[in-house]
Parts: sequence; structure tokens; C-alpha cells
Amino acid sequence: MVATFEPKTDYRVVGTRPIRHDGYDKVTGRAIYGGDMKLPGLIWGVMVRSPHAHANIKSIDTSAAEAMDGVFAVITGADMPKAPSKLVDLGEGNINFKWASNKLMAAEKVLYRGHPVAAVAAVDRYVAEEAARKVVVEYEVLPSVTNVVDALKPDAPILLDDLVGDDLGEDVTNTNMAAHVRHEFGDVEGAMSSAAHTIEREYNMQMVHQGYIEPHNATAHWDEEDRIKVWTSTQGAFPARTQIAGILQVDVSRVKVTPLEIGGGFGGKIPVYFEPIAALLSKKSQRPVKMVMERTAVFETTGPTPGARMIIKLGADANGKLTAATADIWFEAGANPGAFIGPAAMCVYAPYEIQNTRIDGWDVLVNKPKVAPYRAPGSPQVAFAMESAVDELCEQAGWDSMQFRIDNASKEGTRRGDGVLFSKIGMQEVLDAAKASDHWNSPLGDAPEGKVRGRGIANGYWFNIGLKSSANLAVNADGTVQLTEGSTDIGGSRTSMAMHVAEVLGLDAHDVRPVVGDTESVGFTDVTGGSRTTYATGYACWQAANNLVDVLKERVAILWDIKPEDVDFNDGLFSSKAESAKTIGFKELAGKLDDLGGPANSTGAVDLESAGDGFGMHIADVEIDLGTGKTDVIRYTAIQDVGTAIHPSYVEGQLQGGSVQGIGWALNEEYFMQDDGRMANSSFLDYRMPTSLDLPQIDTVLVEVPNPLHPYGVRGVGETPICPPIPAIANAIKDATGKRLYNTPMNPGSIVESLK
Amino acid sequence: MATVFLPYALRKYADGAERVEVPAKTLRELVDNLEAAHPGTREHLVEDDRLKPGLAAIVGHVATRRGLLQKLDSDTEVHFITAISGG
Repeated sequence: MVATFEPKTDYRVVGTRPIRHDGYDKVTGRAIYGGDMKLPGLIWGVMVRSPHAHANIKSIDTSAAEAMDGVFAVITGADMPKAPSKLVDLGEGNINFKWASNKLMAAEKVLYRGHPVAAVAAVDRYVAEEAARKVVVEYEVLPSVTNVVDALKPDAPILLDDLVGDDLGEDVTNTNMAAHVRHEFGDVEGAMSSAAHTIEREYNMQMVHQGYIEPHNATAHWDEEDRIKVWTSTQGAFPARTQIAGILQVDVSRVKVTPLEIGGGFGGKIPVYFEPIAALLSKKSQRPVKMVMERTAVFETTGPTPGARMIIKLGADANGKLTAATADIWFEAGANPGAFIGPAAMCVYAPYEIQNTRIDGWDVLVNKPKVAPYRAPGSPQVAFAMESAVDELCEQAGWDSMQFRIDNASKEGTRRGDGVLFSKIGMQEVLDAAKASDHWNSPLGDAPEGKVRGRGIANGYWFNIGLKSSANLAVNADGTVQLTEGSTDIGGSRTSMAMHVAEVLGLDAHDVRPVVGDTESVGFTDVTGGSRTTYATGYACWQAANNLVDVLKERVAILWDIKPEDVDFNDGLFSSKAESAKTIGFKELAGKLDDLGGPANSTGAVDLESAGDGFGMHIADVEIDLGTGKTDVIRYTAIQDVGTAIHPSYVEGQLQGGSVQGIGWALNEEYFMQDDGRMANSSFLDYRMPTSLDLPQIDTVLVEVPNPLHPYGVRGVGETPICPPIPAIANAIKDATGKRLYNTPMNPGSIVESLK
Repeated sequence: MATVFLPYALRKYADGAERVEVPAKTLRELVDNLEAAHPGTREHLVEDDRLKPGLAAIVGHVATRRGLLQKLDSDTEVHFITAISGG
């Protein structure tokens, strides 16, 4: 059964804010990223990409490219190993190797613009690019579909001829619908028909990108022993290894992945894009091959989050109690199945207790890049729809929307929309904190002439995951501890891990030296994603530290000639149970280990069920120029149940980062698609993301309801904060202008249009 | 008795029931006994003697990491939900 822990607050290290261990390397530029990779004999790899969103490949002629001086290898889809159509667990989701392989290199058909059709390796990038231009591909261009409505029409062009869709358990062929799932509980029709107040609205959202600064990259060397060494920017070295081995059809032990520093991922660097291709180019050229993606390709071919169409219907009784809800959710999967409709169903009603609910979700193929996780994948979309509908229901019935959320808040024993029961959660505490916050109790202030102001609130939810993590500890003679852990450090997790160890051992955070290991230096660890890292890898570090205490008790027993069970350990000090005055500190003991058995090491390894449900509420104040439609966010507060904040600065950073990304999604970001399936804004010049100049300080309120599933009460925090911003902004715009927007982005053009 | 919340697609095997009671001490027993009582359910839940890829089993409040070996308390509720899947 699952272990549970009593909450405590008397920590030495947990809850403090030490300087991050990787800080100096990061700010001085010494940290090694994928773009910095250099190896003896290194050559460059470049992709040849489709200019069409949907086309049959009639022929590929690589002869001119292969004949160029400086070209070492050219590969096409024919060189890709035939991966089986089989789902394999990747941690935060499953992967079908056949689809994943075809995504990296098209076999017979291209399914999205930029879909690779060949790859070239040459002496340098310029020769490789010139050779790529000499690859001649003859296409038969096909009609394309770029939204769920068109993709489900009876005469829609079909992307995958061999797709067997799952329509509520029944097989469907000749379709772009990969899956249709339903969750239904209670008497939905009866409750809806007897509701005193109902509302039904449709919402549409455009596809958006994670927008990480560092582009995808990989360096691979397929050596003489048929071992494949990969250096890459990834959110998980082990899941990357699983994907590389599966796509290349080799044993995982033949692949070594070294994770380099990562310049943002947000879920988009869980899938691999270059690694198997660089490996195949290396095998053919017998040289290490490096590939770095250009920005246009990052947008056109990697990890967006689904565009969506959603219809929400809510019913409430005369007392303001939600009694019924239905949600119809269509998500764009991109060119392969997998559009996160499962998580959307888990999240859509989560902040509310509703007895009678139905959810229908459709996973729909379109001629766009295959979607990838992006911070709470599926949840921001349904939060926009649900939280907008809740506000509109309150407007219609004349109810206070904050009080309505409090009165209907989910709590321990509430069922999610997929039927699963909540255990101890902090939704109500979050709402209480929001209602008591300085922001909520401060006036909005007067807008300058020609502008209007409004305030909006919204809830958000992510379920957070646990999964596998590993950590190794070794005591140094100077009393410090070497920590090797398996989680890519995206947001300062290295230091949080060190703090877990330091808390147990009675050390300072900087007495623990953390490194992120490669796949041959630490045990299996799942992705940095799903808001699992501080929870699960921190748990493994806590376990390793406790195991190390046991090892050291044996050494103290040798020193004092007593039994290990007669040794106590508290706050960095070992003592004899029989003679309490007999003590030795951790650091002093470390210096004596050579005579007490030598190296003192330990490991921790966990496979955890859940990181504890995460709830948040955001408050947004906006000021809108009635002439231009430009929206300025003038004040913003994110309130969230974070369990226990190990390093509060990093937790605050997660809340601020998620808020900023959500605000960008709300106001500006979109894949602006042209009729031929081409993305018109595939650069950061045209794909407008918010910067520090666009936004005020994002205030945070950390509500700490300790998670009983973690020894320090940690709850996942990184994903929930991207869920409330979109509806909070939508509700603020409605408050300011009197006009409600049902589509994203809510950019100046759409606001001006709404005011006509 | 465990309470199994049937995925919507499996309710047709149980006369449309939203949930059914199944005697079981492990998840494997539960799947076997569910199949005995409601034939047709097993193939949707198990493949190669493991939980089907793309499926997560929620036992009580949390997704089990023990698969069919998961032990069940007598009053446990069990859900089978879609895991995140893709390519």
C-alpha cells in the first residue's frame, strides 16, 4: 500500500532559498548546452524537409547530394529500421514506435509541412545545407486539413490509411478520428433538464508552441562496437534512450544518452526528433554527427499543443449549486494520434463538485506537426472553456463568481469528471487565500481616457504524476556528499534535490554537490515533466539519504565497538543510545571513513503513484485600449496549493513562468495557418510571446497543504499555473469591455472586432 | 468486494452499469472475475498478461505502479482510464 507521512514544519533546509548549484556556470556561459558540443572528427547533419503539408512521395534522388565533395552520408525513409506498431510506456505517456519513426522521417507520404524526407551529413553545416538542396524529391500533392472540423468531414482527405480509430470501443477505418472516449456519471439529462440555470457555449483555440529558447539538438556517435552514444537536450535521458533504441530497433543497453544543459522544454523535449537520425548518419559516415534545428523547423515540426474545439454546458440549481455538466472536446493531434483528450477529461471539472457529468473527447489527426506535451497538456484548453462558462453562468444568474467557486469547490471525496475520487486536496484553501489576498481586496483603479479596466479570476488543475526516479550518494572525505540523480534540471531541481539530502543528513544545501547523471551513471529515471521531479526524484534523494544514515551508523558502530542499532542520528550528529554524551558529527565521521570500511555510498529508487493533485486560482487585472484593442496586464496574482515548497524561489518561478506562458497563449500566440497548410508566423518575430517588458511582476501566494504521499509534503507545482491564465484573462476582458470572447488568441484585432 | 467503475466503452458488457462489484484480492483477480461475470471486458484491459498499454488503473485515489500484481483492499474502488498515448 502507499506510504503516507504526517505533516511537519520544523525544517532546517527545506523552505530556505540557497543559491542554485549551477548558477555560476549558467550566468558565466560555462554551462555546456547541445550547441556547444565538439568531438574529434565531428561532422554536421541537416534535414531535407517537405514543402507540402500533405503529399505522396513519388521518388527521391539523392545522387547529386552524395556526389558532392565533403558529403559523408545521405539517408531517406528507406534507411529507417522498420519499427513495430506497438505502444510503449514512456513515463508521461506512451509512444508507438512506428508512428514515432515515421514522424522523424517520412516513408511514403508526408503529413505536415517540414516533415523530413531525407538527411545529409557533411564536413560542415554549409556543405550539408548545400547538399540537402541537391536532394530531388518528386511529390504528388494532396489536399490537407488543418482543423478538427474539416478533418472529420465525410469527404476529408485521410492522413493515415492504416489507422484504426477507436470510437467508444468500436473499430473505425478510413478516418482521421484516432479515438473517441466518454466518461458519464449520474443522471446528466435529468439534472440538466431540472436545472434552474443553464448555459451552453462553444470555444475554439488555435495550436500554440512551448516556445523554448534553445532549439532541438543532438550529437550522436555510432561506434565500432555498435554502441550509440548520444549527447542531447532532453527532458529525460532514459525515456530518450527508450525512444532511440525503439526507433532504431536496438537493445537499450547499446544506447548511452548524456543529457546536456537544457534551455527550456515545457514538455516539448520529451519526444526525440534528431537523435535517431544523427545516429543513422553516424553509422553510415562512421563519424560523430551533430544536428541543431533552425527556428522555423522548431515551429513547423516539433511539439505544439493541440488546437481545440469545445462545447461546454452547465446546469445549476436556484441556490447556485452546480448540478450537471457536459463537455464535448475535439483536440488536434497533429499528424499522428495522441492529443491529450484523456488528461483534458481528467481536468475539465476538477475544481468543482458536480454530481452528474458527461465528457466526450475526440483525438483528431490534422496536417500539422504531431503535438507534444506542453505544461499540463490538455488542461489549459478545457480550463478556458470551463472557467469562461462558469463566469458567464454567474453573470446570467447574478451570482458572485468568487463565492460561486467557493460554494462549488471540490474537496476530499469529490469525484473528478473521469470518476476518480480526490484524497486530501487544497482547492478550498486556495480559494480562501485568493479571497483574502491583497489583490482581490484592492480596487481596480481608474483607467486613463480611451481605456477600460477589468478583473478576472479562474481556477486551474493538474493531477501531477509520480513514476520512477533514482539517486546515488557518496560521502567525500571533507564531509560533503556527492549526489548523482537522473532528472534533467530545468527549473533548479538540482538544488531542490540537494536540499532533500541535506535536510536528512543535517548538512547545508551546499555541502551536497548534485550532478545530473547519464544513462550509465545512475538508475532509471523518468522524464522531468508531469510536475513529478521534485516530488519523485526528491523522494528518491530522501530515501538515499536515509539509506546513507544506515550505512554510516554501521561505521560509527565500528568506531565505538557497539551495535549499529545502538547508534542514534539526529540533525547531523551520531550518538550512542547507551552513552548520550558520546557523539560524532557527520563531517568528522566522513574524515575517519578510511579506517571504518572505506567508501560510504547509498542509493534511492522509487516508482511512485501520484504527486498529489494541484489546484490554483489566478487573479488578472487588464487595461484595454478601446481604439487599438491592445490589452495590458496591469496586475496579476497566482495562488496555488504547492504542498511544501522545498525552495520557495523555484516554486514562485514555476507559478510566474506558467502564468506568463498562459498570458501569451491567451492574448497573442497561435499557429497562423495558410490554406496550403503552411504556418505563416514561424519565427519569434511573428510568433508573439510576452517578454518582461510586456508584463507586470507576477505576484504569487504559496498555499502549503502538505501532501501526505511525500516525506516533506511536496506536491507537483509546475503545470497547474498555466491553466488559469487564459480564462482569467478572458473573464477580465469581459469585465472591462462587456464583451466576451470565445476564441483564442484574444488579440487586439478580435477585441476591436468584438467592440463594433 | 472491489467496486469497478467501468470505462464507458465496457458498460455494454454489463447491461450499461456504471459500476459493478467484483470479489478480488489483486488486480489480476479482479480482471479475471470481471471477465467471468461480464464476458468481453478482459480483452479491453489486458494484453500479454499485463495491463494494456495506454491504460492506467486507478486503485483508490492513485494510479497503481504494480500492474496486475496490485493488491486490493476489500472496499477499494478501481478505475481504468486512458493514459497519455501518442507517437
